[in-house]
Amino acid sequence: MNSSEMISASFTLVLPEVFLSVGAMALLMLGVFRGDRATRLVSWLAVFLLFVAGVAVLQGPELRTLAFGGSFVVDPFGQFVKILMLIGVALCLIMSMNFIREEKFERFEFPVLIVLASLGMSMMISANDLISLYMGVELQSLSLYVLAAFNRDSLRSSEAGMKYFVLGALSSGLLLYGCSLIYGFTGTTNFDVLRETLIPGGLSIGLIFGLVFLLAGLAFKVSAVPFHMWTPDVYEGAPTPITALFSAAPKIAAMALLVRVLIWPFTDVALSAVPEWRQIIVALAMLSMVLGAFAAIGQSNIKRLMAYSSIGHMGFVLLGLAAGTQEGVRGVLVYLTIYLVMTVGVFACILSMRRREGMVEDIEELAGLSRNHPLMAFALMVLMFSLAGIPPLAGFFAKFYVLVAAVHEGLYTLAIVGVLASVVSAYYYLRIVKIMYFDEPAEPFLSPIGGEIRLILGASSLFLLFYVVFAFPLLGVTDLVARSLF
Amino acid sequence: MIIHAITFYTFATVILVSGFMVIAARNPVHSVLFLILAFFNGAGLFVLLGAEFLAMILVIVYVGAVAVLFLFVVMMLDIDFTQMREGFLHYLPVGALVGLVVLVELVLVVGQASVDLSAVVHAAHPTPDLSVRSNTAALGDFLYTDFVYFFQAAGLILLVAMIGAIVLTLRHRPGVRRQVIADQVGRKREEGVEIVSVKPGQGL
Repeated sequence: MNSSEMISASFTLVLPEVFLSVGAMALLMLGVFRGDRATRLVSWLAVFLLFVAGVAVLQGPELRTLAFGGSFVVDPFGQFVKILMLIGVALCLIMSMNFIREEKFERFEFPVLIVLASLGMSMMISANDLISLYMGVELQSLSLYVLAAFNRDSLRSSEAGMKYFVLGALSSGLLLYGCSLIYGFTGTTNFDVLRETLIPGGLSIGLIFGLVFLLAGLAFKVSAVPFHMWTPDVYEGAPTPITALFSAAPKIAAMALLVRVLIWPFTDVALSAVPEWRQIIVALAMLSMVLGAFAAIGQSNIKRLMAYSSIGHMGFVLLGLAAGTQEGVRGVLVYLTIYLVMTVGVFACILSMRRREGMVEDIEELAGLSRNHPLMAFALMVLMFSLAGIPPLAGFFAKFYVLVAAVHEGLYTLAIVGVLASVVSAYYYLRIVKIMYFDEPAEPFLSPIGGEIRLILGASSLFLLFYVVFAFPLLGVTDLVARSLF
Repeated sequence: MIIHAITFYTFATVILVSGFMVIAARNPVHSVLFLILAFFNGAGLFVLLGAEFLAMILVIVYVGAVAVLFLFVVMMLDIDFTQMREGFLHYLPVGALVGLVVLVELVLVVGQASVDLSAVVHAAHPTPDLSVRSNTAALGDFLYTDFVYFFQAAGLILLVAMIGAIVLTLRHRPGVRRQVIADQVGRKREEGVEIVSVKPGQGL
């Protein structure tokens, strides 16, 4: 095969990414010529584009296939996470349409940037080379910085964008420094070559240094403690649908990238030795779970509360990764699926907290929701119970799988800390339920709530409530998917 | 060979002199112009080395974009450079000391470094012989084949940067008048001219 044939073969493998990038440019052109009136149309076309990309992902090869000389990989793991990510992005986009109209910053670049961000995430998930890793991370983050500051007339939105940009640039620097050290000590940036060279030899001190910096950069993207400082401020300041996007899609993509980077080149499956990176992940997981549980207690703003909640949940996902086994990766995938459903559901609720004077974000405003909007209160209760991890809701099983995987690997301390953190975090989740059901009713929210938001809220709470029905198919799929990484 | 040496020393001398003039010139616009001269001569040195691609990049990026940006900043912002220079002699000893330390360190590092030329052979993509393939063509061979994915991804990142800059800064102010050629051309006589009959001796 000559090089032009190889390139065209590669382009058929990256068909979802090609759809996303060409589609984003076409939508940009449509927006430029039709103006901001076309925003609604561009948004729906963007949702359609994400759907087409999802179909293209499903049409991909069933076995691990490399493209572009090994810098891009298509495998079941990537396909599963991409579908999750695309669902998350599409739902956030659908929820944002009415919001941007009512908050008066309806501009056509909004959906275009969301599509470009999902392209970046897709590139992150499929990265099989340090350069493609960085390219994906940067494309994703740049779009998200702009989206965080999108409501430029709002001081808090601009502040969120600025803060995210400055800290994100710092973390990109750390990431690049780590990449350059790894390249310097191995002479390659490709994950497959790294795997071949590292596994027999083990890691030298320089490589471990590089790995630490790389992990620090990626931990920033999943907002694991101690690289979480940006999360509450950015979540609070960014427009609410973008906050929903932040807590759903990029977290999933960055976690998949983290799993791939650590499991594929840096884990010796055959030797079953404890991988060198486990200490780092154990520390990150432990700190994230504890801080997520304790720091959320004092919050009165529900977006800030969700920020700390997502930090805690990322700690649990890292718990599965710390195990480093196929069972652990399966736990990570199940957790990410359930986390996506819970997050989107909660943000659908937050988006319907609307009064005549505008959006409200205080937890106290939920008082008496059970009397004013009984169905919404019930759905939010299901979501909160699930986030707290109370059986038989889905959140319990998510935590169960990662905890079992960690215990099987002998990480008892970490598992016990996880269970205790989960108990502490139950306090603030249940406090919301208490405010909704037992406090003096506040003024009701504006109704009717948008149809798409009701649909998303209902579907997510039904999924969580009847998770037991979906449990076996989901476990089967994630088991197959996790196997492709070992 | 002697021509080669003469060209090299000419370029090198002009770079040094113009580099000194960048910090010595009183007028900041002159400083930027000397900087541009230094860039051009640096590009000349690259051509002498056979790296014509780097030479072109230096001219296009540094002269075309960076230096013009400097000029814009210098000319548009009203900065009092004489005031900024006031403490120059005051800070000179400290500056000279820092410069001296850096110089000593550089000498130590460069004096100890040894370049292993045999390692060049092991490069994944060795530079082809200049008589076979020119520098630019050799770079293009890799950029559009092996690295086409990275190249396209970098292009998309730049696109996002451009969209972001426009989204966050472009404002359509309602009070600002814009030139619309079609409106100007489409103006009718009735819209522009008003005929008033003025009676003699009264005025308007």
